[in-house]
Amino acid sequence: MSQLIWNGLFVGSFYALVALGYSMVYGIMKLLNFAHGDIYMLGAFTGFAILGAVGGISPGMALPALLGVLVVTMGVTGLSGVLLERVAYRPLRNAPRLSLLITAVGASFTLEYGMRAAAGADPQVYPLRLGGTSAEILGARITLQQIALIIVAVALMVGLNLLVTRTREGRAMRAIALDPRTSALMGINVNAVISRTFFLGSALAGAAGVMAGAYYGKIDFLMGFLIGLKAFTSAVIGGIGNIPGTMLGGLLLGLLESFGTFWLGGEWRDVFAFGVLILFLSVRPTGLLGERVTERV
Amino acid sequence: MTAPGATRAPALGRAASRLLDSRWAGLAGLVLALLAPFVIATPYALSVMTSAAIFVMLASGLNMVVGFCGLLDLGYVAFFAVGAYTSGVLSTRLGLPLLATVPVVIVVTVIAGVVIGAPTLRLRSDYLAIVTLGFGEIIRITANNLDVTGGPSGIYGIPSLATSPVVFYYLTVVIVSVAVIGASRLGRSRLGRAWRFVREDEDAAEAMGVHTYKIKLAAYIAGAVWGGLAGVLFAGQLSAISPGSFTFLQSALVLMAVVLGGMGSTPGVVVGAIVISLLPEVLRDFAGYRFFAFGVLLIIVMLVRPQGLWPHRSREASS
Repeated sequence: MSQLIWNGLFVGSFYALVALGYSMVYGIMKLLNFAHGDIYMLGAFTGFAILGAVGGISPGMALPALLGVLVVTMGVTGLSGVLLERVAYRPLRNAPRLSLLITAVGASFTLEYGMRAAAGADPQVYPLRLGGTSAEILGARITLQQIALIIVAVALMVGLNLLVTRTREGRAMRAIALDPRTSALMGINVNAVISRTFFLGSALAGAAGVMAGAYYGKIDFLMGFLIGLKAFTSAVIGGIGNIPGTMLGGLLLGLLESFGTFWLGGEWRDVFAFGVLILFLSVRPTGLLGERVTERV
Repeated sequence: MTAPGATRAPALGRAASRLLDSRWAGLAGLVLALLAPFVIATPYALSVMTSAAIFVMLASGLNMVVGFCGLLDLGYVAFFAVGAYTSGVLSTRLGLPLLATVPVVIVVTVIAGVVIGAPTLRLRSDYLAIVTLGFGEIIRITANNLDVTGGPSGIYGIPSLATSPVVFYYLTVVIVSVAVIGASRLGRSRLGRAWRFVREDEDAAEAMGVHTYKIKLAAYIAGAVWGGLAGVLFAGQLSAISPGSFTFLQSALVLMAVVLGGMGSTPGVVVGAIVISLLPEVLRDFAGYRFFAFGVLLIIVMLVRPQGLWPHRSREASS
């Protein structure tokens, strides 16, 4: 029981990290960035490439090395997110929404199969595994690496929340989410802020990618597809566009999946997650913490 | 809007576009399809051409949803799978001939269309896109897990519609032509005008008394039925189906055909579907880069020529 809860929270923190990028981008420009899951994949492969270039790392140094790789990877994926927005989304900002969604699908394909062409179709084994001694806490087997990863995830999320609620930059983001045109009139550089939002969201996804690589030990070019869907589900559960809601949604989806797997069996896990998504959309499309938004004409 | 070459050779451009717009283009395409087996009739070529025809049917079905009504469906292959599996299960378990399963397939796909459309069509179109994506995965995973669908190895021994591949090819061409014409006529009907209205401006449509929810659901159901019937043809052609044929990749390819050809344009979509399904045969050496190229192409088409290669020209007077 407590094992199920712990597993759920752990997987849920990954979902939450990826979902935050979805949610921020959606909140600010009402765009579903389908390629977001693939940025996560890109993060995992960037970390893989860096670790491969550095060479062997002694097990004692695994955690500091991982943190270093994490920071570099976040920079790389953040910049690729900015590039993606600049090339594929910005020129279409005033186009019909359908065109934007289609370019997003195109971007997702480009990233996935570009990576396949670059790294091959076979799964790669991550060079760095966090060896952990496990401890029993409240009847659940918890490894040190899990705790470390959760701490990193929570730190990133708290940092993001502070950034959005307390800083000038965050205020600009929230202003644009409310009304981009008026924000521009008030002297906010809308394009720059959107770029930085993409940077932040993609950096978080990249971090989640490295962490997933180090934890599960295996990466492949399609790993972002499913997690992208799950992250979107988390964002919808919590209320898309709402940052604390998205975190909550991620954890909740992790828990739901953990229990769903236990009751129904592992082969139904993904069906269960999407079932939850459809249920939420029909019962409470604004999510748990989202506000009811009336569409303006 | 004029075609790029129109300023340099106006007369030629006009003649070309008149030719493309005339009803003879469709007829010429049909004649070409009927004559093709006289040129090349190896079993391999026939199977490629039959697959291309089925793909055309899928694309014309998706065109009703994406092109006419402006709803992005990323899990279209789910209906294809529902149709193929329904007819496969009925024909192998109950020994029905494939043709007899068609009414059941229609009923089941309509139900599937309502189940997935009803909760999501009230929401913004972006939600629909991702829910359909999830739905496509649900169908595939379910087919993979259930016993009645044969699990990962699928269903085999499905009876064919015709005795020889040539007859089956002609049968497919006829059915697909009827489906394409039907889709095009639907697009020009009262319902089709309502679809376009919803696509252009949903709020205005609602204000003018169009019941947008019903209209969108109708588009969705029509697309589902087209996909399901294409699934029956697919099951009949291969006589074996497995979950591996119904991945997200397949949905994306159909979408690619619609977008490349020109959303809402029937001849464009047909050409787009033929190009997409025959391209791998031509570019066999670049198989590894195929989907990468598709992704880049999707972005470029949207940036440079969002109306597609063969855009729809409205028959209604435009201002």
